[in-house]
Amino acid sequence: MPFGNTHNQLKMKYSAEAEYPDLTKHNNHMAKALTPAMYQRLRSKQTPSGFTLDDVIQTGVDNPGHPFIMTVGCVAGDEETYEVFKELLDPVIEDRHGGYKPTDKHKTDLNPANLKGGDDLDPKYVLSSRVRTGRSIRGFCLPPHCSRGERRAIEKLSVEALSALTGDLKGKYYALKNMTEAEQQQLIDDHFLFDKPVSPLLLASGMARDWPDARGIWHNDNKTFLVWVNEEDHLRVISMQKGGNMKEVFTRFCTGLTKIEELFKTKGHEFMWNEHLGYILTCPSNLGTGLRGGVHVKLPNLSKHSKFEEVLKRLRLQKRGTGGVDTAAVGGVFDISNADRLGFSEVELVQVVVDGVRLLVEMEKRLEKKQSIDDLIPAQK
Amino acid sequence: MPFNCHNDYKMKFSLEEEYPDLSQHNNHMAKALTKEIYEKLRSKSTPSGFTLDDIIQTGVDNPGHPFIMTVGCVAGDEESYEVFKDLLDPVISDRHGGYKPTDKHNTDLNWENLKGGDDLDPNYVQSSRVRTGRSLKGYTLPPHNSRGERRAVEKLSIEAMTSLDGEFKGKYYPLKDMTEKEQDQLIADHFLFDKPVSPLLLASGMARDWPDARGIYHNDNKTFLVWVNEEDHLRVISMQKGGNMKEVFKRFCVGLQKIEDVFKKHNHGFMWNEHLGFILTCPSNLGTGLRGGVHVKLPKLSTHPKFEEILTRLRLQKRGTGGVDTASVGGVFDISNADRLGSSEVQQVQLVVDGVKLMIEMEKKLEKGESIDDMIPAQK
Repeated sequence: MPFGNTHNQLKMKYSAEAEYPDLTKHNNHMAKALTPAMYQRLRSKQTPSGFTLDDVIQTGVDNPGHPFIMTVGCVAGDEETYEVFKELLDPVIEDRHGGYKPTDKHKTDLNPANLKGGDDLDPKYVLSSRVRTGRSIRGFCLPPHCSRGERRAIEKLSVEALSALTGDLKGKYYALKNMTEAEQQQLIDDHFLFDKPVSPLLLASGMARDWPDARGIWHNDNKTFLVWVNEEDHLRVISMQKGGNMKEVFTRFCTGLTKIEELFKTKGHEFMWNEHLGYILTCPSNLGTGLRGGVHVKLPNLSKHSKFEEVLKRLRLQKRGTGGVDTAAVGGVFDISNADRLGFSEVELVQVVVDGVRLLVEMEKRLEKKQSIDDLIPAQK
Repeated sequence: MPFNCHNDYKMKFSLEEEYPDLSQHNNHMAKALTKEIYEKLRSKSTPSGFTLDDIIQTGVDNPGHPFIMTVGCVAGDEESYEVFKDLLDPVISDRHGGYKPTDKHNTDLNWENLKGGDDLDPNYVQSSRVRTGRSLKGYTLPPHNSRGERRAVEKLSIEAMTSLDGEFKGKYYPLKDMTEKEQDQLIADHFLFDKPVSPLLLASGMARDWPDARGIYHNDNKTFLVWVNEEDHLRVISMQKGGNMKEVFKRFCVGLQKIEDVFKKHNHGFMWNEHLGFILTCPSNLGTGLRGGVHVKLPKLSTHPKFEEILTRLRLQKRGTGGVDTASVGGVFDISNADRLGSSEVQQVQLVVDGVKLMIEMEKKLEKGESIDDMIPAQK
């Protein structure tokens, strides 16, 4: 072991059985995958920075889960977590990402020219378009595990990179702890401000330690490109605008990300990525592209159709309320986005959204005219 | 906390880079910590691996309240108080009325040394209660312990409690196996504790793996209660209706002694030393860890301009009957000892007994429209 992790060694004097968590009431991916034998094999291990099996699973032990919503129940503390604890994380990844195998390769494609169409989703239905992802900076521990020194270094690097952006990406950084009341109110009005998490799922992982130290928000002057620093991941990158021009949103997204990545590279830092898992993020559910691309779209008729859920499933899309995960739709307006993250490229996922939403809007128009949509029901993509 | 980055790895960052931003903070830890102390202590850890950042995490995460002075640091094991004494000694001194690193703490659990206390007027005193905490030597404390350790503490505690007989005979209810009926009864009795919601407690890591190895023991009479693995290994409570504090304190002392004997047999006696008395998770509970008090009706005295001053001089504190930070209802107050460290259990309960007796006399005088000026006590 590169470092003596005293606490983990202390626990070894108790048997695996004495230490094994009680998961009888649990329903999350970690609880499904973990076994006593696996725990026995992995419990003495740690990553080079000292992240242990109990660190990986703590959030899943503390949060038994929901009978209907399948939470992940484990997090990574650094890039090496996915290797050292692959015996647990591979089955979690496979279960969460539609059967993705340990030998599969993930394709990254951030070339917006490869997106076909997507610039003309009907703005009478599509109110806004948005693409988000996360990025981790190689060489640093992730939010569940990082120290204040590391978190501040990430903030410093990020602020330097972002302040070098020009043109329509030019903007400003607002550190959470130094925000004026006026700045805070403006960011709230713009729906940009993120606050200390309240979800026990996130808190149990340790990612909110030392809040609000080294956390902040950067956005461009046009308010169409936004970066969160040191929330659930090192960086969350968001491109958005009103209306249905997803192509423009995705182009800005790719351009911005590529520029930021170049700027980090000039400072000797790169994003965590490998050809199996794509981009490495804190939560296994965000591996691959880490991309959620979607629209707010008016579908009052279609959403009441008996085949709505089935249509979404076949299109590889998911719905949410416009308040975010777990909110209800208001006034027939839904947040429709890609369901997949890993095993498909960014272009492929946004294509799925563009093509799928176009079809959903067509269906909505049919239903408005009281016409059938049976011939429009798609095959499983 | 077990999931704090391994300490050696952090050492590659400078002091400046790792030192917490405490500019918005108002707690004992933030008052005591300096860059010099942080520099000196940051490379250290206790034998079980508890580090300075583990000690202070809760105080960093919870800046505190302008009016209420929180402690802002916890111990992860017995050795925390030694390895990190450069930080914890000033915290202890500030919290415990100037208690010095060289002071000795007196433990006296001989209930016979209490004078009187069996006749507080039940027309005013509705109930009497004494609580304390205990830690089992050889195990790490709730912010730090593993499931294996916590379960071992529970197992030993069950053995100790099920060995009790006579008025102490009772039953243990593990939180995770409780039936709905048992749960409702424990709630109705005001015995049930739940997973903490306070960010002060959660940030320390003490709620990990909830509700594994947590539980409640109480005797059949419902006058002796033990919490297992909440904020401390054990919290021990003796209580009953009315004003017979002597009886409450006797049961408290006798019960504590009985369970201590069982733990000692297994070489896991209570953590104690002659400087800090009983060792508990929060520095505010060192010494006796004892809060003894009554629910008492003082509608007139509580509105007297000298009420606060009287309490201060009697070394007592008031709370609402809902607990810390609640308001009193109908003029009924929870009155208890303010001190924990530097005076013995008997001394602290004596203060409560004598002080409450005096306050009831004052209340009676005020009822008759008489002055209490000649009764105002000197500072104890």
